[in-house]
Amino acid sequence: MLRVENVEKYFGRTKVLEDISFELKQGEVLAIIGSSGSGKTTLLRCINLLEQPTKGKIYIYDELLLDAELPKAKFDKDIRKKHLHFGLVFQNFNLFPQYTAKKNVMLAVELLAKERPDYKANKDKILKEIEEEAEQLLIKMNLQDRIDHYPHQLSGGQQQRVAIARALALHPDILCFDEPTSALDPELTGEVLKVIRDLADENMTMIIVTHEMSFARDVADRIIFMDEGRIIEEGPAKKLINNPQTDRLKDFLTRVEV
Amino acid sequence: METFLEQLPIVVGSLNVGFLQTLKLFVVTLLGSLPLGLIIALGSMTKFKPIQILTKSVVWVIRGTPLMIQLLIIYYMPGLAFNNHFWGSGEDGRFLAAAVAFIFNYACYLSEIYRGGLQGIPVGQDEAGVVLGMTKSQIFFKVKLLQMIKRIVPPVSNEIITLVKDTALARMIALQEIIWAGEAFLKGSHGIAGAIWPLFFAALYYLVFTGVLTVLLGKLEKKLDFFKI
Repeated sequence: MLRVENVEKYFGRTKVLEDISFELKQGEVLAIIGSSGSGKTTLLRCINLLEQPTKGKIYIYDELLLDAELPKAKFDKDIRKKHLHFGLVFQNFNLFPQYTAKKNVMLAVELLAKERPDYKANKDKILKEIEEEAEQLLIKMNLQDRIDHYPHQLSGGQQQRVAIARALALHPDILCFDEPTSALDPELTGEVLKVIRDLADENMTMIIVTHEMSFARDVADRIIFMDEGRIIEEGPAKKLINNPQTDRLKDFLTRVEV
Repeated sequence: METFLEQLPIVVGSLNVGFLQTLKLFVVTLLGSLPLGLIIALGSMTKFKPIQILTKSVVWVIRGTPLMIQLLIIYYMPGLAFNNHFWGSGEDGRFLAAAVAFIFNYACYLSEIYRGGLQGIPVGQDEAGVVLGMTKSQIFFKVKLLQMIKRIVPPVSNEIITLVKDTALARMIALQEIIWAGEAFLKGSHGIAGAIWPLFFAALYYLVFTGVLTVLLGKLEKKLDFFKI
């Protein structure tokens, strides 16, 4: 469903991504691993249209999402609609501090609903549905007793689960995670990894940039290992971790201790 | 003592009239400069160079020259340069000229506070809004505005307190605010001459007024305590 073709990205004169191509199938979980500075976060940000690649094309459902060679304006026209293909969960959660957990989940959905032609006529019904769905999502994230809490009243793990619910509320085709547990204490990473695991069991299509090797091995279908902006190795998750082919991956895996 | 008690009601009455003018200028300046400052802040942050250069130059000139001189220029310039008595000669015209000068001056100072408040918001808030499919204006009004307000309440409170006392400058163009009313007694107003104490009384008005404002602004700060940034 997602196809990335020959993506290249420069920051000034520094090349951070070089000739990245891969495909992602519906229901597949892809983990991207690699040391800091290997370009994995930049790649995720390119896919989420937060960074403009210098070269390359990205397709979703065979529809051209982005072509770095063509003028940017052509793609900006319906960029909002394109963003909705993806959900992105950030390393630092980025919840909106002035809203409760529930309102964080509802806000974007409410704003989108206002553009529906039948919004005025069915306003109360629509808003009630949105609210109920937000509550359901938070319950699914095991946050039933945190629905009306503000972000600063929540632990990091709870905030990250609110952020996952917020991303899911817009029903993205692909849910992306940018090192979702890197800002968390070790005892809080488990609860976040558990909800990601549950989503994988429900066949949610996901791209996960992570440092948690054993998690990547157990949950992902496929892993991409990146180094210095390039894909060094790519393959089925267990095979890649248990039986690395390249010296660089072997080296990396011994350093991070699976 | 007897003369003091005789004079007191006259002085207080006159100070009250002056204070009303002070209060009016204060309120009008705030109502004008708070929103105008935001527009100037957005102008100085835009990527469109001509607008950015224009707003930055205006802010530089207004912040770089004394408010007193700005008042004189705005009030006298139309008449002197263009022989156009734009503001008229009455108290209303003088008030309008003073209000324009104060609004512009304060808007420029406030714009820099707004800019700091906006730029202090982590870029992750923008990005979270973008990936959730929000428009730029939705991100500004629904996500960033309240966070900016929370950040700027303390420095804006400072400006507001300063404004209370800066309104006294308006007597440069003969606006009859409270210091004007107090000074008048030095020169023989209402048959009272050489009395300096009405000026001290005027100071008390300022003190009470800023005291009330400090409490109100403190309340606003408390009100925004329901979230942390």
